[in-house]
Amino acid sequence: MSANLSAILYLISGVLFILALRGLSSPETSRKGNLFGIVGMVIAVTVTFLSVENFTSGFVYVLIFLAIGGGIGAFIAYRIPMTAMPELVAGFHSLVGLAAVFVAISAFINPEAFNLGTPGNIKLASLIEMAIGAAVGATTFSGSVIAFLKLQGIMSGAPITFKGQHLLNALLLILILILTIYLCSTQSPNLFWTLLAVSFLIGFLIIIPIGGADMPVVISMLNSYSGWAAAGIGFTLENTALIITGALVGSSGAILSYIMCKGMNRSFFNVILGGFGAVEQSAATKNKEQKPVKSGNADDAAFLMKNASSVIIVPGYGMAVAQAQHALREMVDTLKKNDIKVSYAIHPVAGRMPGHMNVLLAEANVPYDEVFELEEINNDFANADVAFVIGANDVTNPVAKTDPQSPIYGMPVLDVEKCKSVLFVKRSLSPGYAGIDNDLFYKENTLMLFADAKKMTEDITKNL
Amino acid sequence: MEIDPFIFRLSIFILSIFVGYYVVWSVTPSLHTPLMSVTNAISSVIIVGAIIAALSSNDGLVFSSSSIYGFLAIILAAVNIFGGFLVTHRMLAMYKKKKKGK
Repeated sequence: MSANLSAILYLISGVLFILALRGLSSPETSRKGNLFGIVGMVIAVTVTFLSVENFTSGFVYVLIFLAIGGGIGAFIAYRIPMTAMPELVAGFHSLVGLAAVFVAISAFINPEAFNLGTPGNIKLASLIEMAIGAAVGATTFSGSVIAFLKLQGIMSGAPITFKGQHLLNALLLILILILTIYLCSTQSPNLFWTLLAVSFLIGFLIIIPIGGADMPVVISMLNSYSGWAAAGIGFTLENTALIITGALVGSSGAILSYIMCKGMNRSFFNVILGGFGAVEQSAATKNKEQKPVKSGNADDAAFLMKNASSVIIVPGYGMAVAQAQHALREMVDTLKKNDIKVSYAIHPVAGRMPGHMNVLLAEANVPYDEVFELEEINNDFANADVAFVIGANDVTNPVAKTDPQSPIYGMPVLDVEKCKSVLFVKRSLSPGYAGIDNDLFYKENTLMLFADAKKMTEDITKNL
Repeated sequence: MEIDPFIFRLSIFILSIFVGYYVVWSVTPSLHTPLMSVTNAISSVIIVGAIIAALSSNDGLVFSSSSIYGFLAIILAAVNIFGGFLVTHRMLAMYKKKKKGK
């Protein structure tokens, strides 16, 4: 296949990837979009196969390894529960990062196969691109592994901080820069391996100080990194499909990080520098005075909801943990049978990754046109009879609007307190991730339901 | 003077960032999770590099020091491609509109 023809086909597959993302602008077009993505991938892989000049026995192994990886991927995709989506995405990011590292290593060892020169005499531009791809890929890999371990609960979600952390990170970043420059002038393999090692280390160090609820930002950020790593390798391979995709994914992840940071009213650097949860815990323990709280049982909750004409559900990460989405949908079905209007309100940072709650509700067969974003629904709380908060906490805290001293001041929150009555399903009165007390617990019109989210929801359904 | 082909690639790269910027802002927030899984899948187009790397040995050996990294990268990228597109498909299949007349 001529180089020009394959370049055009790679361009087409890049365009198909753009259409794949474009399809996600609405659920109706999204499935077609995914199909475009698959077609783009098939084109890219086929073109690469056809450009191979000598079909050696190695080609058979390529197909075998492709089938092994594909089989594993398909198996995981079918078996993974929707609640584990953040872990899955973090795991996948680490694979992209590691694949970028491996391709860069191979190109460094054997540049002739990639038309980049000879070992020890690689074209300068290619070497820079390769080093960037490898360094970003390695950072993505180790960072994603830590994110995965934290999400999976293997590693504690609490931020790990130590003295001089930021200084160390800054020094390592400078070291990476120096190593890259020396690598370009000496072409020494040892420098290349050191560069990789330092990049692995920095990915690890960047993610350990970031706490559990900041994971939406971290996952989006690593998404972005994996894109830039792919783009770096794309430049090395002079491959348009890879360059386009890398740029798309890189900007996609960056936008998602921005949206998540805005949802928490924190600057990107603030999140990256980490340690949020650890700092605030002391503040939480010191004002632990006893305030009166009204608590009720499933019967009370059912009574309140039965007499309501409109109910707004506010789901959060706790719902995912308790796997309560199906029980919730059953409760809502019963409510609807009684002619009660029900809608769902989703905060941008609810859950552990962007859009996490929407997927869980979709899994439980909740139609997506009953699910609303913060700006769409926030004015409706004043007219609603009951707000049912299940597994959410900080995102409903009115303190964010009233108390400039609060660490979450300025964060956009759902105006739950404007409802006639608020039902709050929670296991205990413990503060949420931000480590601050939620004023909503002590409001006159709030009824706390202390129980496991799933069990409570099922009990309410029985009592309706 | 001829323009270095690198400049063309850089142009594609910069323009793609802008395309990505506008396309991603138009993605509805409820589909942000599928967005992440599908970007995962498409960024695994890095498999084209892995394939070249896997077939890079020139001394008749199938597994040389450079090709072995290629084969490993193929496995990783393939997990991502199949896993990413399939899990996206699974998620998107769940998004349903309200049934009429209910």
